[in-house]
Amino acid sequence: MSAREGLTRFFASRGGIVLAGGLIGLAAALLQKLGNPANMGVCVACFTRDIAGALGLHRAAPVQYLRPEIPGFVLGALLAALLFREFRPRGGSAPVVRFVLGVFAMIGALAFLGCPWRALLRLAGGDLTALIGLAGLAAGIAGGVALLRSGYSLGRSQPTRAAAGLVLPGLALLVLFFALLKPGFILASAAGPGSLHAALGISLVAGLVVGLLAQRTRFCTMGAIRDLLMARDAHLLSGVAALVAVAFAVNLALGRVNVGFAAMPIAHSQVLWNFLGMALAGLAFAMAGGCPGRQLFLCGEGDGDAGVFVLGMLGGAAAAHNFGLAASPDRIDEAGALVVGGVGANGQAAVVFGLLACVAIGFAMRERWK
Amino acid sequence: METIDARGLSCPEPVLRARRAMQRLAPGDEVAVLVDNATSRENVLRAARSLACDARVEPLEGGFRLIARRR
Repeated sequence: MSAREGLTRFFASRGGIVLAGGLIGLAAALLQKLGNPANMGVCVACFTRDIAGALGLHRAAPVQYLRPEIPGFVLGALLAALLFREFRPRGGSAPVVRFVLGVFAMIGALAFLGCPWRALLRLAGGDLTALIGLAGLAAGIAGGVALLRSGYSLGRSQPTRAAAGLVLPGLALLVLFFALLKPGFILASAAGPGSLHAALGISLVAGLVVGLLAQRTRFCTMGAIRDLLMARDAHLLSGVAALVAVAFAVNLALGRVNVGFAAMPIAHSQVLWNFLGMALAGLAFAMAGGCPGRQLFLCGEGDGDAGVFVLGMLGGAAAAHNFGLAASPDRIDEAGALVVGGVGANGQAAVVFGLLACVAIGFAMRERWK
Repeated sequence: METIDARGLSCPEPVLRARRAMQRLAPGDEVAVLVDNATSRENVLRAARSLACDARVEPLEGGFRLIARRR
């Protein structure tokens, strides 16, 4: 057995996935310490939204920054795929449907204020509203599993040329290039979450390492819950558990655990919309075959369909902030009183519409198989 | 022997289809599953273990053929 085969076998094992989850938890907790926003060491939804803002796709001033972690994930996964001969350019499996799923996934995630990774990191920081989000996520994924069992399928992808598989990694490089050169058309927050970040080099290295490990181990938060519901398979879930455990331990050691329900960092305490927002995101992730992190890693493997989903997330981020759909966090006003944030009327309508649209897509995209 | 062609399908459809076929097997019977990526290979192998099947992997043009036999 070659060294490469040995490594592949390890990464496919329980130990491999626990190592990847633990390292993501460690990286995220340290990134928080080194400047990233609280309980947001890594959030694929928030960071993609920040990139959309930096590119001017939306004009929400507090959330504009070219987060190097996101291109790092794609390029780290590309590196792993090339090293282990898993770069497989492909595409053509219902791309427009995947774009729409990406849009709704982002709208749902921004009603909760985070992707599943951030839900776990919020929990590891003591934010108990994360439990509501995770319950919603599980409910949405359960809906996706029911659709899959009834024959829902986006159809087969086709192999394509290497150049097609390199488009998304190329865009990731371009984002990094802009992050380094800071041309005048790139926007950057002066205040708010977008202004909080670790040094570029640290964020990039963290992104590359996480991307590399996650590509090898197939780390996926949506898959963790889906596999448990669908097949009582807790393989991916053990990685998720390791993420929470390590992030919690590091937060505890750094004195960054703050247990509570209201006025948690960049979070709101509206129970219903935390739940429904994540339910929409979970349904869209399950229907697209991966959590937002996993979609980025698949981009690195040359999966153009995952790339379309990521572009949909960028579009969803623009819609969420341009149309006032994203939630606002709880805050404490000057008098010291709690002002509960949450999702406004537009956002509530968008989440409900998104749920209905995804279910309609799910029923419409069924095929009969033995 | 039944063959499930799961090439080109995205996660979790290959493992879902493979599980259904493996669950229908009588002891000693086999099913072949064609996949085009390593993730699906690992997922189907894990499903086989959990469903009391012995699985072997053969290379295939652009992927793998997994043959699962019910113990």
